[in-house]
Amino acid sequence: MGLIARVSTLFKSKVNTMLDKAEDPRETLEYSYQKQIEQLQNVRRGIAEVVTSKKRIELQASRLQQTISQLDQDARDAVTAGRDDLATEALSRKQTFGTQLDGLNNQIADLAREEQKLTDLQQKLNLKVESFRTQKEVIKAQFSAAQAQVKIGEAFTGLGEDMADVNMALQRAQDKTEALQARAAAVDDLADNPAFQLQSPSTGDSIRDELNKIKGSSSVDSELLRLKAEMGKGDSQ
Amino acid sequence: MIIRILSEGQYRLDGPSLERIKRLDDDLMVTVLEDQPTEFHRIFDDLLTVVRTGHRLSPTELVESDLILPAADMTFAEAKQLFHSDSGPS
Repeated sequence: MGLIARVSTLFKSKVNTMLDKAEDPRETLEYSYQKQIEQLQNVRRGIAEVVTSKKRIELQASRLQQTISQLDQDARDAVTAGRDDLATEALSRKQTFGTQLDGLNNQIADLAREEQKLTDLQQKLNLKVESFRTQKEVIKAQFSAAQAQVKIGEAFTGLGEDMADVNMALQRAQDKTEALQARAAAVDDLADNPAFQLQSPSTGDSIRDELNKIKGSSSVDSELLRLKAEMGKGDSQ
Repeated sequence: MIIRILSEGQYRLDGPSLERIKRLDDDLMVTVLEDQPTEFHRIFDDLLTVVRTGHRLSPTELVESDLILPAADMTFAEAKQLFHSDSGPS
């Protein structure tokens, strides 16, 4: 059986189960609509939480930026005082924080992109739910209470499909929102963690970590030279 | 024939397009069985493009679909799951 046949069978059986259960189709429509509204709200709330997490992460990033500026100033002060050892230490910490800041900024940009996608999806679903509301009113108006017990024509099956489709789309949107919430919260926690502030991120590979350290220290040396040149305090002085 | 793309809407198609859809659907199954996500997405996009050449039904037209396609943003993992669950709807 191909993919289309599989999806068709699964989906149709979902629709049939839903419609068969309906003693009064009007109630099913109403219930489904209420549930759609609820799920839309969940998605909306989820997105709002992602936005809140993102704001907190942005705040962490701006604190990190301040620390970096401070360390840069510290290094300059140390050079002025003729303390190359302190300047090296300050520049090395500045570099570690710089790497972390880059990481955070990437995460922020990524979260913003995903959040935008979800917002678009939510707006699209909003329209779908709204159109389902109109369809359901039309169908309901066509049923009298007596007719409601009679099993139903193609229009109702068609509406049943739309209903199941919107329900599934909402469920997926809700799952996606929850996943993004979890990711945003994880980045937020990490940015809040004091250990994150002090250690350079490990690659999980000790040789690479060691090489990165060497690369880091040589670039600290060159930054110190650059700083001294900038301040007119070359090694000759 | 009425074909629905989930999360998108219904299209009316006939003749040569249906044969093309059938062929692409067969190819799609092969990519899932042989674990080729890149090929899978390429063929799935082609499949959606063919269906979208059909006449799009208005949302107020309530008719039953003959075939159902998954949503356009289906992931490869979701597609694989479809082939591994023979137990029916979850």
